[in-house]
Amino acid sequence: MGGEAHHGKKRGNFVQRTIDALAEAMERSLYAEQLASSRGILQNLDPRIKLIGTLLLIATAASAHTITVVIALAVVTFGLALLSRISLRTLSPIWIGMFVFSGMIGLPALFLVPGPILATIPWLGWHISATGLRSAAFLILRSEISITLSFIMITTTLWTHVLKSLRSFGIPTLIVVILSMTYRYIFLMLQSASDMFEARQSRVIGKLPDNEARRLAAATVGVLLSKSFQLSNDVFMAMQSRGFRGEVYILDEFTLRRNDYIAIPVILLICGVGFWFNYITA
Amino acid sequence: MDAVFTVQNVNYAYSTTSDLALNDISLTITQGSRVAIMGANGSGKSTLLRILDGLYFPQSGSVTAFDHPLDEAHLMDEAYAHAFRRRVAFVFQNPDVQLFNPTVFDEVAFGPLQLRWDKPTIIKKVAETLDLLEISHLRDRAPHRLSGGEKKRVAIASVLVLDPEVILLDEPTAALDPKSQSRVVDFLVDWGAGKKTVVVATHDLDTVPDIADDAYIFKQGKIVAHDTPRNLLANHQLLLDANLVHAHHHYHDDGKPHSHPHLHFGHAHDHQ
Repeated sequence: MGGEAHHGKKRGNFVQRTIDALAEAMERSLYAEQLASSRGILQNLDPRIKLIGTLLLIATAASAHTITVVIALAVVTFGLALLSRISLRTLSPIWIGMFVFSGMIGLPALFLVPGPILATIPWLGWHISATGLRSAAFLILRSEISITLSFIMITTTLWTHVLKSLRSFGIPTLIVVILSMTYRYIFLMLQSASDMFEARQSRVIGKLPDNEARRLAAATVGVLLSKSFQLSNDVFMAMQSRGFRGEVYILDEFTLRRNDYIAIPVILLICGVGFWFNYITA
Repeated sequence: MDAVFTVQNVNYAYSTTSDLALNDISLTITQGSRVAIMGANGSGKSTLLRILDGLYFPQSGSVTAFDHPLDEAHLMDEAYAHAFRRRVAFVFQNPDVQLFNPTVFDEVAFGPLQLRWDKPTIIKKVAETLDLLEISHLRDRAPHRLSGGEKKRVAIASVLVLDPEVILLDEPTAALDPKSQSRVVDFLVDWGAGKKTVVVATHDLDTVPDIADDAYIFKQGKIVAHDTPRNLLANHQLLLDANLVHAHHHYHDDGKPHSHPHLHFGHAHDHQ
C-alpha cells in the first residue's frame, strides 16, 4: 500500500508536512480501493469467506510448532498475495516493519533460551543457542504471516465490505453502521483539514516557529470539531428525512458464488493439514 | 387543485436571541405545481424547506401537509411519519450531508430500508433509480470518490427511489459545473410529467423559468413578491431590492457611464 502512495521530498515546514500526510492518507485509501476492485484470486471471494479464512490461517500459523508448517504457510500466504496482484514492492515495507518490531521482541530469546550453543558474540561473550534461534525465527515468521494475511485481506476487500462482513460474526448492526459512517466522513474531514492547511500554507513564508505550528494545529482541531458537530446535526436531519426513526436497517447483499464454494474446502484443507501435522509431530 | 402544503402565519427563529429566520409566512403549495422560492443567502428559503419537510417546527403559526397538521406530535406517530416520509422527499444543498452511507448502492437503498420494504423490491427499485439518473456505473463507489455533479445525482436518486409525490430541493444547481447543472434542470423539467410537486429554493435565476411555474421572492424572512417566474424576473428593481441581482456599472464607447441590473434572463435592456 505504502509503496504506491509516494510523494516528493518532504519539506521541513510543519504545514507542508501535514498537507503531504493528509494527501498520502487519501492516496493510500484510493490505492486500496483500486486494488480491491482489480481482478485477483482473493478479490473474487465473498468478504465473509475471506474474513473467516484469514482468521483460520492466522490461528493455524499461531499454533504451528514445526518449521515445516510455518514455512508452508508462509509460501501459501506469499502465493495468495501474488495471485491477488499485491506486488513485492507493496509488501516489502510491511515485512520490514514487522521484522524490526518482532525482531526486537525475539532478539533476547537468542541469548536467554537455554540449548545447544550455535555461536558466541565476540568480546561480549554472549552465546546464541539453537533453541533460542528457533524461538526467534518462529516468532518472526508467525508475525510476518499474520500481518501479511491481514494486509491482503484488507487490501483485496472494499473496506465497506469488510465492515459489513463483521455482521456475520454477530457484531451489532448499530456498531457496523457507526463504523461505516466514521469511515465515510473521515475523508470529508481529511479534505477539510487539507484545505485549511493549504489555505494557511499559501500565506506562510519560511518555517513556522514551533509554538505557532502548535497553535495552528490546535486551531485546526477546534474548527474541525465545530464542523463535525454541525455536520452531525445535518446528517441526522438527512437521515430523519428519509425515514430514520432510531432503528438501523442495512441490506446484507452478500451471496456465496462458485469461487467461494471452491475456496471453503481449500482453506479448511490447508488449516486441517497444518493442525494435523502439528498433532503428529507434537 | 388540492393543497399539498398550507403554511399560515409561520414564524421561526433559530434561537431566542436571534432574528426571525421566517417572519409571518403564509403560502399554499398545490398538487402538481412547480414552485421556486427565490432569495439571497439568509433570506429564509432553506429554513422554509426544512419546515415543509418536518425537520424544523415553527414557534408560531401552522403548517399542514396533505390536510393533516405537520407538527412534532404528529410526526411522533409511526404510521403518520411513515406515510409522510414516503410522500415527501428533501434534497439538501450540501450532498455530503445526504450521502452518509459507504457506497452509492447503500445510499439509495437507505430510504426503502427504513420504510421496511422487502429485499427483492429494494434491489429492483434501487437498480431502476440508478438507471433513471444514469449512475448505475457508480453503484459500488464511495461518496468521497464522486464529483460534485455525481454526488448531486446520487442525492436525488436517494430520495426518488421512494417515488415521492413531493420533492423539496435546496439550491439544486449550486456549485455544479454547467453540464451537471443542465442535467439536474433537465431532470426536474421531465420528472413526474406534471403530476409531482416540486419546490425549489434557489438564487440561480437562470434556471427558474425552466423548473417553476410559480415563484416567491423572500427577503430577510419575509415574502416580498409572489407571481409567475417570468413576471418576477422582469421586475429588475424588485430583484435588486431582494439582492438577487447586482447593479452592473460600465462604460460604453461614448465614454458615458451606464448602470443596469446584472441579469442573464431576458438580457435585452436599454442603456439610459
